[in-house]
Amino acid sequence: MTDVLLRTGGLSFAYPQRSGLFRRRILRDVIKRVDLAVPRGSVLGLVGESGSGKTTLGRLLVRLLEPTSGGIQFDGIEIGDLDEADMRPLRARIQMIFQDPQSSLNPRLRLGTTLTRPLSVHGRIKGRRQQRERAAALLDLVGLPADFADRYPHELSGGQRQRAGIARALALEPDFIVADEIVSGLDVSTQAHILLLLKELRARLGLTMVFISHDLSVVRVLCDDVAILQHGEVVEYGPVARVFSAPRHPYTQQLLAAIPLPDVEPGWLGEQPTVVSQQQGSAA
Amino acid sequence: MTATLSVRDLCVAIGAVNVLRGVSLEVEPGEVRGLVGESGAGKSMLGRAVLGLLPANATITSGSIAFEGRDLLGLRDAERRKLLGRRIALIPQDPMTSLNPVKRVGAQISVLLRHHLGLSKRAALARAAELLAEVAIREPARVLGLYPHEISGGMRQRVLIAMAFACDPGLVIADEPTTALDVTVQRQVLQLVERLRRSHGAAVLFVTHDLGVVAKICRTMTVLHAGRVLEEGETADVLARPRHPYTRALLAATPRADRPAEALRPVPPALIEQLWSEARRLDRVSAAGQP
Repeated sequence: MTDVLLRTGGLSFAYPQRSGLFRRRILRDVIKRVDLAVPRGSVLGLVGESGSGKTTLGRLLVRLLEPTSGGIQFDGIEIGDLDEADMRPLRARIQMIFQDPQSSLNPRLRLGTTLTRPLSVHGRIKGRRQQRERAAALLDLVGLPADFADRYPHELSGGQRQRAGIARALALEPDFIVADEIVSGLDVSTQAHILLLLKELRARLGLTMVFISHDLSVVRVLCDDVAILQHGEVVEYGPVARVFSAPRHPYTQQLLAAIPLPDVEPGWLGEQPTVVSQQQGSAA
Repeated sequence: MTATLSVRDLCVAIGAVNVLRGVSLEVEPGEVRGLVGESGAGKSMLGRAVLGLLPANATITSGSIAFEGRDLLGLRDAERRKLLGRRIALIPQDPMTSLNPVKRVGAQISVLLRHHLGLSKRAALARAAELLAEVAIREPARVLGLYPHEISGGMRQRVLIAMAFACDPGLVIADEPTTALDVTVQRQVLQLVERLRRSHGAAVLFVTHDLGVVAKICRTMTVLHAGRVLEEGETADVLARPRHPYTRALLAATPRADRPAEALRPVPPALIEQLWSEARRLDRVSAAGQP
């Protein structure tokens, strides 16, 4: 049997919403009975369009949100209902990389401080010298020069900031990382560098990852398995090679057909555009 | 035949920094030309220069822009205003912020038609409904009475496309109009742009960073880097046989859903560095040439 690091069973999340004349509280289902199993050392791609619930699912997996029902087992421990105090020792092992490093790196702290503060909080390093050494090692890991420790986030380019965001997530040597749309704002040339960096880090550090993206092409580069999310449900789940070559669910087929590949293909625009009404203008 | 758009040796600087370094480009009537580049390449700046919407601190240091044979840079503001929205239109990037939030959709479309085409209020609203039907919006008459916040992002982008083509322009500048959209919605929007361009007979300058989008909608393409044209030609030729190393590198760095991961190669930093040093050398040469 494969060694599964993270498993979810019937994972669901709903948030309360007020609706109707009497502003009654109703629950709106955002994530519906999701079953995932992420083997240790593998990367799972989580794909969906806006509103599919992929970011909510990611936040559930790192327990920034508490599931409404269903469970999350991390390394054999049920974490779905742990309170903050019981979660704390596990926090170091579970990290998240955010889409926008601009807003997830503290603009008033030098990178060196941002990178080593989690280590100080968890009592793993003491003193300035150790701090400097660790910061340099982390920066080196993501391909940034050691003197970047003295820089502020605004002094970095988009690609460099995303590298710093990755270094921050790696500081505590986690075994599980959720990366949420971390290459979507980047130029093609920068994006390819970041993707290859993640591949290399994964091989070197044996990381297990959930990689959230709206872009199937990017998922193909990095992931072993892929789960396609639509309206909070996993509609297709399987090895990347199989899902891309023989998609079974109509929605997956539709997504793959909508990707404009850089090849000229005269018939691609030929079909009649879909008619939209007010409610479903952006829906697929 | 007079080109719809003819840009010659255009140089634009923001303060002391050059952003366009002698760009030349032509768009024939009915042509869809892709303007491709990464951030900082100057592609949006070129679009804005054509529209006369450069930021206040930007200056055109040399070169010319002609639309249907008329010099755009020498126009007085009043003449330019007659052209913009009527003969030259824009599909903006962000459908969320490009409509007036306190005006109904119908009012925003019909003001264009009344101002540029002199239609009556009633005729303008009727025409606006036709335009919404053209961009495949169901119940167009009802949507005219809605505010932008009452419709989805995909539908707002359709409204903006309808507005761009409303006065049968000769040229539409599409500035990354699908970047913020999901792939399925993106495809629908591209289909609509293609359909309206054909029925209204407009040429399109399609600004994008996405080689896939260019491949699907543009017959010709221009590759821009550091404010310079590196390569141009028929899209089919450029993508199949890219001549410039940068175009080749961009293609190799674009992840493809139809190929395994091993194929991906990032753009070599040395190439980028070389291109920038060439651009800086151009700057020194032109600075030395100034009186």
